Amino acid sequence: MGSDAALIMRGITKKFPGVVANSQVEFQAWRGEIHALLGENGAGKSTLMNVLTGLYWPDEGEILIDGKSVSLRTPRDAAKAGVGMVHQHFRLVGPFTVMANITLGMRSEGFWWRPQLIQQKIVDLSASYGMLIDPCAKIWQLSVGEQQRVEIMKLLYRGAQILILDEPTAVLTPQEVKELFRNMRRLADSGKTIIFITHKLHEVMAYADRITVLRGGRSVAVRTTTATTVQELAELMVGRDFMTDIPKPPVMSEDVLLQLANVSALNDKGLPALRNVSFSIHRGEILAFAGVAGNGQRELAEVVTGLRPVTAGQIWLDGKNVTSCSVRQIIDAKVSHIPEDRKGMGLIPNMSVIENTMLKSYRDPAICPGWMLDHKAIRARAQKLVAAFGIKTATIDCPVRLMSGGNLQRLLLAREISATPDVIVAIYPVRGLDVAATESIHQLLVEQRNQGTSILLVSEDLDEIFKLADRVAVIYEGQIVGILPATRDSLDDVGMMMAGVKRKGWRRSDVAIN
Amino acid sequence: MLLSTRKQSGFVIRWEKRLEPSQQITIAIPIVSILLALLVGGVVILALGFNPLAVYRSMLAHAFLSRSGLMDTAVKAIPLILAGLGVALAFRMLLWNIGAEGQIYVGALAASGVALSLPEAPAYVILPAMMLAGMMAGAAWALLAAIPRAYLGANETIITLLLNYVAIYWVDHLVFGPWRDPGALGFPITRAFSSAARLPMLIGRIHVGILIALAAALLFYAILYHSRWGFEVRVIGESVLAARYAGMNIERNIILVLMISGGLAGLAGVTEISAIHGRLQTGFSPGYGYTAIIVASLAAMHPGWVVVASFLLSGLLVGGFSMQIAGLPLAVVSMLQGAILFFLLGSSVFARYRLTFRRKEGS
Repeated sequence: MGSDAALIMRGITKKFPGVVANSQVEFQAWRGEIHALLGENGAGKSTLMNVLTGLYWPDEGEILIDGKSVSLRTPRDAAKAGVGMVHQHFRLVGPFTVMANITLGMRSEGFWWRPQLIQQKIVDLSASYGMLIDPCAKIWQLSVGEQQRVEIMKLLYRGAQILILDEPTAVLTPQEVKELFRNMRRLADSGKTIIFITHKLHEVMAYADRITVLRGGRSVAVRTTTATTVQELAELMVGRDFMTDIPKPPVMSEDVLLQLANVSALNDKGLPALRNVSFSIHRGEILAFAGVAGNGQRELAEVVTGLRPVTAGQIWLDGKNVTSCSVRQIIDAKVSHIPEDRKGMGLIPNMSVIENTMLKSYRDPAICPGWMLDHKAIRARAQKLVAAFGIKTATIDCPVRLMSGGNLQRLLLAREISATPDVIVAIYPVRGLDVAATESIHQLLVEQRNQGTSILLVSEDLDEIFKLADRVAVIYEGQIVGILPATRDSLDDVGMMMAGVKRKGWRRSDVAIN
Repeated sequence: MLLSTRKQSGFVIRWEKRLEPSQQITIAIPIVSILLALLVGGVVILALGFNPLAVYRSMLAHAFLSRSGLMDTAVKAIPLILAGLGVALAFRMLLWNIGAEGQIYVGALAASGVALSLPEAPAYVILPAMMLAGMMAGAAWALLAAIPRAYLGANETIITLLLNYVAIYWVDHLVFGPWRDPGALGFPITRAFSSAARLPMLIGRIHVGILIALAAALLFYAILYHSRWGFEVRVIGESVLAARYAGMNIERNIILVLMISGGLAGLAGVTEISAIHGRLQTGFSPGYGYTAIIVASLAAMHPGWVVVASFLLSGLLVGGFSMQIAGLPLAVVSMLQGAILFFLLGSSVFARYRLTFRRKEGS
């Protein structure tokens, strides 16, 4: 690790109407280091990196690359200055080859398409950095980890010296994460600067050399990994202590509230998404589904909530067969649903807090006697919910798109919990939320569990799963690979199962990468 | 590594996304669109050898400042309000019903059928019967697009548009053929309706259709914002995913909304032929169904503004008719209407984005 600054950002301020996203942010990254940019959602990490990659113009401040002041007005300027970014959602063209994606939009490649030349260059690059990539493969044939490698190769091909990775581990299995950071280390050792944006503390501790913490649009601290602790970083991030352990008495009840028996279903493309899924959840139990996104979790949640028909099998709610019931019947059977896409499905951004609270209960005779809505009763009910769940909003008449992610999720939970459900289906309930909001959502869920609600939790975050769940089911390619008790001893097994290795024969050489 | 060594100067213009759609601009858009359309129209009017300011002034004076013109404006606003409400309701659910014109024609056709086959019936029987028949016909016409849209995901824009031609030619077939009045010396018109089948006048030439139209606007408002079903419509319009998640029946509501939309346009057809023409005739609507699309867009699908926009566009039409006498082609009015919609759609981008100008810096 050298200490010469490859990048210095001085006094960066970026204002949006009504919001100061970055305020006098100081940021330095050295050549040859892996630098973590840590902060809660809305702390200004993405804004800062968007300034660095030329997507935003800062209102104030200066950027120095290799000691020289630069003006980054467009992403092309940034690329020329040697700055490149791997976005959280990859910018790849699925039907195109790796080669085509890597050279896409590059003017320096000249007019003619010269595949041999490009191929040779990619092969050379992958050899020198030890990142295996087949230049002729089509993107859609690659795993998520491999696609990420293509994105990184795209930057290297363009001669990037400073590589920014936005939440790079969000979509990876634990094994892929290790692989990624091994590659990052190799790049850093060859003199590149790696910056990764994250809010996962254990990743920072495991893989970063130095850490810059942002909070509320300001840079609050720079730490060396060896001289800090998870506790300190967490406090710097949220500005106060937070509780990580939630009291959770053991599951007592033998009642089964939700049971699936050999359920199969298709995905949107008409291909099998769930195969023979069977499990049951007891009263007052949280069963978490661990797995890499896209292995049938969404379809599972949709099947249980009536949004997707089953092709085989049965679903039982509190002893009643509800297979192929409509969404409305499932809602009436006291199943609440916290969907993955909270702004697209769970809430309506353009509608007011009041209208969002009545989204599911608008047929309730208490607020809708007959045909017409009783606006007074609806308003009173919304006011009660906002107060009871501590939802921060200017007024209950303002559209919910103005609310922060954490408040949106509280509102969603408030509505779903107020329906006094027997079963809650919660999919990635804290995705994209900051530490404080995550904590409060977790507490709400555990409170519900303790009051006897069965919770089906889908998550990719193993920390979350082991904190909340009583049992863990691992789902891979639409099948349940195994159901384990949620104790720390199961962690390694769960990781292996998430990667698709069955419990019995998991010591295969191709996955034992360490 | 250094960025760029070449000196740059001048300004850079960029789009920046707004965090929030701007309120002021949302309100300004229709006004600015109309002004820009008048500007473009002015150039054309100038090219035709007229003084645009004088033309606009006399259009305005005729349509809104003279008693007779104001009456015409109100009369022509009636079908625009009714059809405009229908279009607005469909647009609310992102159903692009551009078939109001055809629905007006079939509504008129059905009402004429009733009026012609019951020449002896008293007004209190025949008028409600005509309205019911007209609304049902309009609804059925829209249903032809609604069913494929709801169950097969077929594109309702194309179906409703193409059905316009079917409806118009069907009316033509009847008035040129089986329904033609033998005593009309070959004119493509049916026999005149009985006087009982004529909507009575309210003030001068303004018929009671104005009351029906205003009542429809009120009812539209009440249903949309105060009824359970209106809530469903608004939720589906905002997010089909959320509506499905909340257990709402999307297919049923697509069909209902399109049928009501068609029914309102059908009613516009009934009031037109019953009050104005007193018989079915070819080309009785000067494109009310198409103008209704502009009305709904100008009004941002809000019932109150539909009424305002209807009077505005009706005034444009009436003013345009008056300028025909001076030799200005009526096509100028169609062009102005088109330009308004063009600028309306084009400028909605400003509500979500803003242009920024920055001085480029050398490095």
